[in-house]
Amino acid sequence: MVGLGGTLLLFLVLPFVALLLDGGPDSILRGLGCALTWPAMRLSLGTSLTSVGLVVLGGTPLAWWLARSRWRSARWLEILLQLPVVIPPAVGGIALLLAFGRRGLFGGVLERLGWSPAFSSIAVVMAQVFVSAPFYMQAAVQAFGRLDRNLLAVGRSLGASPPRLFFRVALPLARPWLIGGAAMTWARALGEFGATLMFAGNMTGKTQTLPLAIYTALELDIHTAQALSLLLVAFAFALLLFLRRFNRNLEVSRKTAMP
Amino acid sequence: MNRRKFFRMFLSIACLATPFLSAPARAAESGELTVYAAASLREVFQNIALIFEKQHPNLKVHFNFAGSQDLRVQIDQGAKVDVFASADWKHMKPLATEGLVVAPTVFARNLPVVVVPKDNPSKVATFVDLAKVKHLVVGAPEVPVGAYTENIFTAAEKLQGKVFAEKVRANVRSRELNVRQVLTKVAMGEGDAGIVYRTDALTMPDKVEIIEIPASINVVAEYPIAALQAAPHADLARDFVKLVLSKEGAKVFSAAGFGTAEAQAKK
Repeated sequence: MVGLGGTLLLFLVLPFVALLLDGGPDSILRGLGCALTWPAMRLSLGTSLTSVGLVVLGGTPLAWWLARSRWRSARWLEILLQLPVVIPPAVGGIALLLAFGRRGLFGGVLERLGWSPAFSSIAVVMAQVFVSAPFYMQAAVQAFGRLDRNLLAVGRSLGASPPRLFFRVALPLARPWLIGGAAMTWARALGEFGATLMFAGNMTGKTQTLPLAIYTALELDIHTAQALSLLLVAFAFALLLFLRRFNRNLEVSRKTAMP
Repeated sequence: MNRRKFFRMFLSIACLATPFLSAPARAAESGELTVYAAASLREVFQNIALIFEKQHPNLKVHFNFAGSQDLRVQIDQGAKVDVFASADWKHMKPLATEGLVVAPTVFARNLPVVVVPKDNPSKVATFVDLAKVKHLVVGAPEVPVGAYTENIFTAAEKLQGKVFAEKVRANVRSRELNVRQVLTKVAMGEGDAGIVYRTDALTMPDKVEIIEIPASINVVAEYPIAALQAAPHADLARDFVKLVLSKEGAKVFSAAGFGTAEAQAKK
């Protein structure tokens, strides 16, 4: 048992160790100095946070509805919503082009309205939302599904309106899982590459996110690419760590608040 | 799930996966030649392989098509390769300097061209019309096709003036990471024009229209090929390179729209 677990752990961690050993601190410094870095960093941060915001905003009510729906098709919908995880992101990008591209299903309508997502930062956000939403949805549907029905029933019997029930009972109880799901979604959005490249293109400052910058740098010089990758890894690690801390503090404060 | 159930499931998954797991091991056996080739060579090298396999009945040619840069990194990292065909010298020369490849030779040439979608929404008729294209898609300067595109723009700047070059550069909406992505964006109508190799453009005759770039500003892309110094099948690797450089090989390349080494020599 320990051997199996240890093997997997080593397998997952070693590539990062190799990346770090091969690069070292000068490598990170060089990454910081690369012309592609800062525009990509800013864009990545902006678009991925926007994506998470949109996913949470739309995904929370959708998950709440899906988790409580007795409608059989709701289970099918849940599976449908997981599909973006399975298809290769580049195919996702093509699908987005076919739907929202200038010649796509809705592209013509959008363009007639004088707006086209092609080659814009909005396209980056669309690609990120598409590939990363399933992670939040999965967590949120499970979190709401796991809620103690009795608590909700008690709340209802005490006269709480459905919105009040949602905001004062369901949401606080599900919060740790929701935040965990949002963190996964954020990480996936930050690392998104294939769909972005296909759907949004590659333009410094506009659509070139950090993973695209890394791939572009790879064409130049593998060390710059490594340095940028280290930067991305360090950045993601810090944010995930922060979220975990934040989540734990929330739980501690709730437990102390509700003896 | 109890432990036994879990174990049974694990076993059945393991059994299902076994045939896939054993696949890479086969490549090490003799009778397989491994060729790393630039992405733009996919169709034409598959035709070359058919000829080669006819000449060597017990042999299978195994390809890895990707960007020349990716292939070079893999070779640098010790991939077991017999032959490497690059889309430019930039990624072949360092390997030659390191002594990893033997005597690289140019076997084909390619010309950048302008492509537009069939319905040509920006009404591009000649190269100078690129100044009025709303969505221009080109390769990133880091990849070969993008570097050539940059050379073409610089040459155009000298010929057509600074304003023209500035206008064209301002119309660039995306710098794609390989030539096929440029072509896809134009074929799908996302881009109103793009710059790709002639051979790539010829793979989508029903989707894109070709507009020539004036010879005075155009560049010629050279494709070098070489056997690896540490090729697992050194003789076969040499034979493959020989076939690519032969008259028979040249026929396959010119049929696909490549300029051949021979045609260039005659000029």
